[in-house]
Amino acid sequence: MQIIIVGCGNVGSSIARQLSKEGHNLTIVDVNERAVRELSDAIDVLGIVGSGSQLAVLKQADVADADLLIAVTDSDERNLVCCLIAKKAGTKNTIARVRDPEFFDEIELIKNDLGLSLYVNPELNAAEEIARLLKFPTAMEIDSFANGRVDLMKFEVGEGSPLCGLKLKDIPARLQCDILICVVERGNETFIPTGDFTLNKGDKIGVVASGRKSAKFLKALDLNKGRVRSCLIVGGGELTYYLADMLVATGVEVKIVEKSKKRCDELAELLPEAIIIYGDGADKSLLLEEGIDRTEAFLALTNYDEENVMMSIYAGKVNPKAKLITKVHRSAYDDIIYDMNVGSIINPKLITSESVVKYVRAMVNSTSSNMEALYQLNAGKAEAMEFTVKSASGLVDVPLMNVKLKPNVLVACIIHHGQIETPKGSSVIRMGDRVIVVTTETGFEDISDILR
Amino acid sequence: MNLSIIRYILGRVLQFLGGFLILPVIVSLIYKEYNTGLIFLAIAVASFILGSVSSFFKPKNNAFYAREGFVTVSLSWILLSLVGAVPFVLTGEIPHITDAVFETVSGFTTTGASILSDVESMSQTAMFWRCFTNWIGGMGVLVFIMAILPLSGSYNMHLMRAESTGPSVGKLVPRVKNTAKILYGIYLGLTLVLIVSYMCAGMKLYDALIISFSTMGTGGFANLNASLGGYSHGAQVVSIIFMILCGINFNAYFLIISRKPGEFFKIEEVRWYLIILFLAAAAITVQIRGSYASLYSAAHDATFQVVSIMTTTGFSVTDFDTWPMFSKTILLMLMVIGGCAGSTSGGIKVSRLLILFRTLGKEASHLTHPRSVKKMRLNGQTVVEETSKSVYSFLIAYVVVLMVSVLIVSADGFDFTTSFTSVLSMLGNVGPGLSVVGPAGNYSGFSDLSKITLLLDMLAGRLEIFPMMVLFYFGTWKRG
Repeated sequence: MQIIIVGCGNVGSSIARQLSKEGHNLTIVDVNERAVRELSDAIDVLGIVGSGSQLAVLKQADVADADLLIAVTDSDERNLVCCLIAKKAGTKNTIARVRDPEFFDEIELIKNDLGLSLYVNPELNAAEEIARLLKFPTAMEIDSFANGRVDLMKFEVGEGSPLCGLKLKDIPARLQCDILICVVERGNETFIPTGDFTLNKGDKIGVVASGRKSAKFLKALDLNKGRVRSCLIVGGGELTYYLADMLVATGVEVKIVEKSKKRCDELAELLPEAIIIYGDGADKSLLLEEGIDRTEAFLALTNYDEENVMMSIYAGKVNPKAKLITKVHRSAYDDIIYDMNVGSIINPKLITSESVVKYVRAMVNSTSSNMEALYQLNAGKAEAMEFTVKSASGLVDVPLMNVKLKPNVLVACIIHHGQIETPKGSSVIRMGDRVIVVTTETGFEDISDILR
Repeated sequence: MNLSIIRYILGRVLQFLGGFLILPVIVSLIYKEYNTGLIFLAIAVASFILGSVSSFFKPKNNAFYAREGFVTVSLSWILLSLVGAVPFVLTGEIPHITDAVFETVSGFTTTGASILSDVESMSQTAMFWRCFTNWIGGMGVLVFIMAILPLSGSYNMHLMRAESTGPSVGKLVPRVKNTAKILYGIYLGLTLVLIVSYMCAGMKLYDALIISFSTMGTGGFANLNASLGGYSHGAQVVSIIFMILCGINFNAYFLIISRKPGEFFKIEEVRWYLIILFLAAAAITVQIRGSYASLYSAAHDATFQVVSIMTTTGFSVTDFDTWPMFSKTILLMLMVIGGCAGSTSGGIKVSRLLILFRTLGKEASHLTHPRSVKKMRLNGQTVVEETSKSVYSFLIAYVVVLMVSVLIVSADGFDFTTSFTSVLSMLGNVGPGLSVVGPAGNYSGFSDLSKITLLLDMLAGRLEIFPMMVLFYFGTWKRG
């Protein structure tokens, strides 16, 4: 497909890398000449320097023949204007990033008038993900499928855990619960394990299970801590606002530390039930004063990756029991912070690119089956996808043991008429089922792509 | 420096060279020159096998940056020239190795300078290969490979930038592969039209084919001692038109194909290129009018020569060495200027000249208004500082290479005109110079040292100096 991406910041470039890898023809547009040059040197795209809200610039990018335009500049207004112009000039579909709650609340109202196909709000999506994590504080990552009925949760196998040294095929018998471990991270590597895979201390495992089963699993592993009731958030950006709004509604005690007086005033007005502290989160004594050693969760959500990591490490030291959540934007840090004690890592950029990539794959493949969800695991090294099976490919009505799957592909869950089934060799996928697939391959657009 | 990926790409280059060498084998079958054909076939197979062996193992590490791009491109061209020269030596057409390499480099770089005093005695097979190197060298071998092979990843842009001509190389469409395909598509299309046109002008198929190769690549190899002077008047007119076309930026043709002809006429470079051609031709016509029977024939010869030199083709229809000094000086200046960026011609390119002149204008305006802020524009777009800087350093490098080479070549004891114009002609990939190396002469009289200097000049001129400079810069090869 011909795709134009306006804005080559963090989000734009990560979307561009992913889509270029999947074989689309990309044109990138940005006012920053240097950013355009660096990205077009790194990947095979056509770079154009100029403002994406100018028709002349968009024409250079061949806007009339483009299948999709993705506007991810740092300004919401520019993104919307850009999509509107592109749509008028003939682009078939447009996606805009909209972050500001001021716009976001009304976006549904104007979506059709602007001709938007999709809008993404990374801050809101990240806030939703954090809210889920605070419900299950022992999980490092939670991605939900089938409208929240099935979760893919990531845990670390701790010292002395009953899972240590266990083969995967022995787990259901030993723990007496029916769960499936579908992905294992060890060091910097990611595996799709087979039944003979033996778990070690320090492995990070991804478990697919429905709510009830996962509760049983957590109990068996002695990981069933209750949900978080109080939290301390450093940094008062949009993400914090969306998150605090959700948490306050569920009765969590929220404390927000923010550096800017003006922003504090705004937050105090928007979130009357939260405690807003005007101060610098990097100040140790301030954090102690506000109870960093007592809080159940510590969230470092400022706009500076380095500061966030430092604060989380400190929080982990003074309060080892607290749930830590750290926002990190730059993927360059992935390998460095991998074994640091910073708790769950939230990357809003990755969340945006997930939803855009999902949309693009669904556009390519509008025929047989629909991709309902797409999550990138372990910084994009693996993917979990949910499909609705709509056509009779070689997959349907055949026991799974007779289906020839590609290597490194696992069918992790089958949902048949609302019944959640953990797949076995004898399980059968039927028409209309929802299927969750986990893989280290990339670029799957259709459920039939998992076949060899 | 990632050597394994360079080895891989060089292997691919050898494979393609093997493929190219099959073409003369076909010619040898038609002309029943079986012995020559057999030698070509053997070299083709050897080159292909060698290439396959060296590209059999995929590189472990795919890191490929600008310096790998420069080094790969310069090494590819050196490799092409060395292997491409083998057939000339083994068939005995050009027994001396330095001469054979000189002739091949001259072919690939589209220079068209020859060390042969009697071209007509060459076999048809070898002649075909000699002219074919002009064609493939014109648009670039790596661009050709990129159009066919899925050399995906980040490295193709670095390769394309190092091999294509002009101060700033851009893509036409998002993918390098498709850009390369479009460029070669235009190139091939124009070549076919040219072959037919030559045949309409009375040439035989074989002649039309090989002269088309040299014309399209703006190379200048011909199969007659009298160059294009030995062909009909009509063929010469066809040649003038296509030389002009090949001196134009190929991106401009893409604009026409994609139905944006309005933008085609906005390209200032093309406009100035045509203006310079016209002025030079008019000035020379006036000067040489006296020695011709009619104004038309004077204008014809003047135009042909001006076009041939400015597009750096190097065909000749008359011995312009006998022309008045003023006319010869104009031709020398055209040699330096060359055609448009992104064309198959050589020289420093019209766009660089425009940037240089505009820099002077900007400087003058800056002196009168010291606080003024001004941006330079070319083709309706702002020229970024880095581009104009690279143009200055290019010009400096050009002058340095020119001076050093003239110094080396002058050791052979030829007069200054010969030494100077031979180097100038080589750097601009033109072919003929003046005096001993004029259109009636050739380069066989130089010593081996001078020939090697000249062939390095040709490579430096074709790749626009920087890739060769990076190859010989010691910092390139340092670890880390």
